[in-house]
Amino acid sequence: MSGGLAFVFGLPLVVALGFFALAAYERRTGVATGPGFFQRNGLVIGLYLVIAVGFWAFFIILLPQLAMVEMSFRPKLPPSQMGGPKDVYTLENYRYFLFGSTTSTAEWNWLHIKAFLLTIGVSIAITALNFAICYPLAFHMAQSSTAARLRVLLLLLILPYWVNEILRAFAFRVLLSSGGIINQMLMGLGVTSEPVDFLGADVGLYMGLSYAYLLMMIFPLYNAIESLDKNQIEAARDLGAPWWHIHAFIVMPHSKPGIASGCTLVFMLCAGALAAPLVLGGPRTLWFTPIVYDRFYQAFNWPQGAAYAFILLITCIVFVLLVLKAFRLSLGEITR
Amino acid sequence: MTAGPFQRVMFAVYIVVFFLYLLGPLAVMGVSAFNTPQYPQVWPFEGFTLDWFGTLFADQDLMTGLKMSVWIGILVVAVSVPIGLAGAVVMTQIQARARSAYYLVVVSPVLTPGIIIGISTVVFWRQFTGQTGTRFLYDGVILTVLGQASFISAYCMLIILARLQRFDRAQEEAALDLGATYSQVFRHILLPFLKPALASAAVLAFLSSFENYNTTTFSILSDKTLTTVLAGRVRQGSTPAISALAVMIVAATIVGAIAYELYKRRADALAARRQRAAQIEEEAELSGTPAPAMG
Repeated sequence: MSGGLAFVFGLPLVVALGFFALAAYERRTGVATGPGFFQRNGLVIGLYLVIAVGFWAFFIILLPQLAMVEMSFRPKLPPSQMGGPKDVYTLENYRYFLFGSTTSTAEWNWLHIKAFLLTIGVSIAITALNFAICYPLAFHMAQSSTAARLRVLLLLLILPYWVNEILRAFAFRVLLSSGGIINQMLMGLGVTSEPVDFLGADVGLYMGLSYAYLLMMIFPLYNAIESLDKNQIEAARDLGAPWWHIHAFIVMPHSKPGIASGCTLVFMLCAGALAAPLVLGGPRTLWFTPIVYDRFYQAFNWPQGAAYAFILLITCIVFVLLVLKAFRLSLGEITR
Repeated sequence: MTAGPFQRVMFAVYIVVFFLYLLGPLAVMGVSAFNTPQYPQVWPFEGFTLDWFGTLFADQDLMTGLKMSVWIGILVVAVSVPIGLAGAVVMTQIQARARSAYYLVVVSPVLTPGIIIGISTVVFWRQFTGQTGTRFLYDGVILTVLGQASFISAYCMLIILARLQRFDRAQEEAALDLGATYSQVFRHILLPFLKPALASAAVLAFLSSFENYNTTTFSILSDKTLTTVLAGRVRQGSTPAISALAVMIVAATIVGAIAYELYKRRADALAARRQRAAQIEEEAELSGTPAPAMG
């Protein structure tokens, strides 16, 4: 396994040399002028910058991700057989996701596939729902609210944000349980005689997810709409545009980066949510992240867990790329 | 907006429903913290009690987890703010053709699900410490700090970068011309300029670390933080003690928000006074010199 270590230390070194070469090349071709990196920052600060960023980019971000991907292509072996003849790259962990067996491809692994598709579908639906819920308020706050009112609204919005995810999910459990206030109200009004099992039907889970990430949608939207010049809306109205024209052709195109940013955040957080499914899910709830979790700590099959995690990661990357493509944006524009 | 009365009413209804949805669940949970039944309930309100707060403080695991969360939060601030600062400074200096690749790498943790960050951190450091004979580094606290630092450093970088883009390089050049060394420029010009951004990055880093669950639940290994203990408690069954914890967190948030508001008002007032004093001084100076005759 010394090949792994050579890679771990070699990759940062190669990239550092690459930057050194690029700097020398730009200097020779005259693209770069002025002092070099260490000349400009001094040796001490320069070293701090390089080491801090290098450690972050490689040892905290890149190498762990690569290690996870690499592990997902390895078989699960007892420690004695590691590095032995059976320790070869394989697709068996991905085969298990699709067929429920590491060798046979006779039957589909419907349980896991369904959970995966449901997670993606529901996450997309919740993203759209949250956009619809948040857009009017964001527009109001950004364009037609007074300063004092805005301050109160912002405080009211930020308050629930600092209650952590587990407690937010717990609040929904209190609210929707069979003896909870919603059921008591429904029964008091005579709508139903038996308490409705919201949690068992996953209504609680979906509501809890939508609730938990509401603010991830509203703040990017608010920031984007706020930068729109009010005169543009006035001009459109003076020219006789109906209200939905103003939104569809002026406000939304302008706030594209905010919409994309909010949508990717909400989708990613929903698809990767672990707390809400644990707290609000019933025994028959289908959600992908608890399955990933169980690969590690119930089945103790780390390579398989890594494969499942990689599938989720790829899905999120594809979603982000699709959103960027659909909105014709670059990554830098949505992470502002 | 010039809207008819019908639209106005509709909008008011929407605002009320929105905040009912946003704050209602928390309010319901809050009330259940003061009600006597074993199971958190709001109606019927059987009797006012503060016992659940006592139960909360008597819960040893929860208290140990709380201490651990605070400790990890402090470590994450200590790691993420310097990394975020370095990341932002490098962003302004890196070659243009490498910038987008660099940006992609360092911002990617923000868009990666938390559990994937937790899993990959554990997988990598287990292999790495095993192969280099540094097994003592394979520790829940260290791994959690590293895992959380991946995306929290990115938050810090984005905050610092926003301010750094307004930095006037002429100040730096002036100091260098006057004979300052590079580290003096960094310490006496750049850092003071970035101070507000560094402070908000530190606060955000601590709070993000404190409430993180998805990454922590993997990377903490056999240790416990507040969120992982809490998740276990909630899964075992609902008790009003958990509601009591939420009430305390909300109370702390409100106190913090008010303190911040007061601090900001005082700082604003102070700045205004200083500006006025400077203006008076300037005027006095101007009137002291022989002024040209005005027509």
